[in-house]
Amino acid sequence: MTQEGIAVEDKATELEEAGRRDFMRLFGGVLGGGGIALVAAALLPEAAAVADKPDIPGYDWNKHHWSFGVDATKCIGCLRCVEACKVENNVPKDPHHFRTWVERYVTLEGEEKTHIDSQHDPVNIEAAGADGKYRFANRYKDAKVDKAFFVPKLCNHCTHPACVQVCPVGATYKTEDGAVLIDHTMCIGCQYCVQACPYGARFFNEEIQATDKCTWCYHRITKGLNPACVEVCPVSARVFGDRNDKQSPISIFLRNNRVTVLRPESGNAPNVFYVGIDKEVS
Amino acid sequence: METLFHAAPFTGYVYPNETVIPWTVLIAIYPYLTGLVAGAFTMSSLYQVFGMERFKPVAHFAMLTSLCCMLIVPLPLLLHLGQPTRALNPVITPHITSAFAIFGYAAGFYVILLLLENWFVFRPHIVAQAKQRKGPLGWFYRILTLGSYDLSEKAMHYDRKWIFALAIVGIPGAHGLHGYVGFVFGSLKSREWWSSDLMPPIFLFSAIISGVALLIVLYAASCRLRKIPVDQDCMKGMTYTLWGFMMFALLLEAVEFASLVYRGREGIEVILEYVAGPLIVPFWIIQIGICSVIPVSWLTFMIWKGVKGNALISGTVLSALLVLVGVLMMRWNVVIGGQEIAKTGKGLLTYHMPFFERESAVTAAILLIAPFVLLSVAVKLFPPWEDSGVQRD
Repeated sequence: MTQEGIAVEDKATELEEAGRRDFMRLFGGVLGGGGIALVAAALLPEAAAVADKPDIPGYDWNKHHWSFGVDATKCIGCLRCVEACKVENNVPKDPHHFRTWVERYVTLEGEEKTHIDSQHDPVNIEAAGADGKYRFANRYKDAKVDKAFFVPKLCNHCTHPACVQVCPVGATYKTEDGAVLIDHTMCIGCQYCVQACPYGARFFNEEIQATDKCTWCYHRITKGLNPACVEVCPVSARVFGDRNDKQSPISIFLRNNRVTVLRPESGNAPNVFYVGIDKEVS
Repeated sequence: METLFHAAPFTGYVYPNETVIPWTVLIAIYPYLTGLVAGAFTMSSLYQVFGMERFKPVAHFAMLTSLCCMLIVPLPLLLHLGQPTRALNPVITPHITSAFAIFGYAAGFYVILLLLENWFVFRPHIVAQAKQRKGPLGWFYRILTLGSYDLSEKAMHYDRKWIFALAIVGIPGAHGLHGYVGFVFGSLKSREWWSSDLMPPIFLFSAIISGVALLIVLYAASCRLRKIPVDQDCMKGMTYTLWGFMMFALLLEAVEFASLVYRGREGIEVILEYVAGPLIVPFWIIQIGICSVIPVSWLTFMIWKGVKGNALISGTVLSALLVLVGVLMMRWNVVIGGQEIAKTGKGLLTYHMPFFERESAVTAAILLIAPFVLLSVAVKLFPPWEDSGVQRD
């Protein structure tokens, strides 16, 4: 590259006495040189995009390996997690932007099709009453329910995140400790990542004109705290911890359960592990 | 104050965040304009590279058309960005695994190529005007000469070599640029409607037919405005070109749709529900029926019967107009359609296009008209017509 740079500079000096024809020839050369530079850049390892560690006192991201567990058999659909997340992370309060949400799966007697709803359902919006409050409406009270369960959802902080792959500026990146984060000062707001996420975990935050999503409360976990949703869950349906610590809640959760992930066929390799979800959940 | 967002109504189950449709009408306009660029360039290459003399009357006009469309191409993207001031970041600090990071380079390269080729093509005119004209317009042409007034046979020979070389580079350039737009959609595994290896060639062939159709319409309109007869041979050639490429375009789309249905992967029930419901008017009736089957049958009939004269011209122009609408609908059905089918595979959304906002019907209309406003000025400054006294190569 350096030699090429010199070559281009030399040519630029020659240019002063050269005519238009030479200029055109040089132009072709510069285009060619640029092409070589591009190919060279394409060969650089992807890790170069996250060269700088975050400056968090007393925290080394090489020493942690965060993961998240969900025990759907415990979830009661109270939505404290959703409300806590909205407050903790300044998420727009309307029912169309979520860093985390809870889905309700209900099968009625004599029916094969499962009814699924969540916080954006008009009936549930009405039951909640106001932005920032979330409730599951008691819409099945007169029905004969055969089977019902709740599934908390959030960003899967995938090992091979499709969202990170498509970001044209590298504003979203995978940290060494396992989280997928967004640098809002770099995001151009093209929403390509929103399209690429198969889980619907990302949204465009109109208040900051940038893409937003769950960070596992990175500002909390790097200080030794739990994510807000884990903290407030009254039934411990949400589990979080460091897999490098064999006695952490997540390590125990993964050791003691047969877990599954959402959409494994996508190749994204999620890091939110589920227990007790049914075949309809994706 | 402008509404911060529009929540899309839905049926079935969609993820909560999906209720705000990420890519709007502007992202449907973007591949449409890029397609016109690639298609118009193809038309000019048929003469410049492949030496098809019958396309001489439109060759230079096609080049100008391509340039005027290309200058507008970045605008829908820019208007879509949440942070337009960071629009150049993908070029300055590209994240190379992103299919989109290349856009700035590809588009920049292509704009330069088009500018250069147009400059070489119109250089005799620029030099002539620079010598004759006074005032601001004289200065304009004198600056455009870039200091070269040499129109000797040797210089013109040199120019021709450059035009040929640029046109050759331009073919993979234009087609690469557009095939890559197809890749932006086709490579996304999150949406079954987009995720297809056939997306790049489908985009490419529909681009070519839209560009050829555009030139048919513009050429016929220009002849009428200039009160000169339409070159029959040229028009007939364009009729054949449009027909031929339409065969490929329609075949590819049919194959893609057939394999999507035949594979029948997860979520196919909802896709079929979408195809048989909300897509009836925009896809089956407009895109396939009115704008594909009718023009292709009409063109086939005219070619079969050897229709000539005004019947051929009006038939081809009307077919071309339908094709232009059809390709626009195809872009809409791909870009908007893909987002109306929920990622859950269990629900459908409805996109409502706002009328007057940053990303709205009015903006889209302005962006679609803008290239032709540019073109109407460009043909005054750089007459691309054979009878305009410009030395031909």
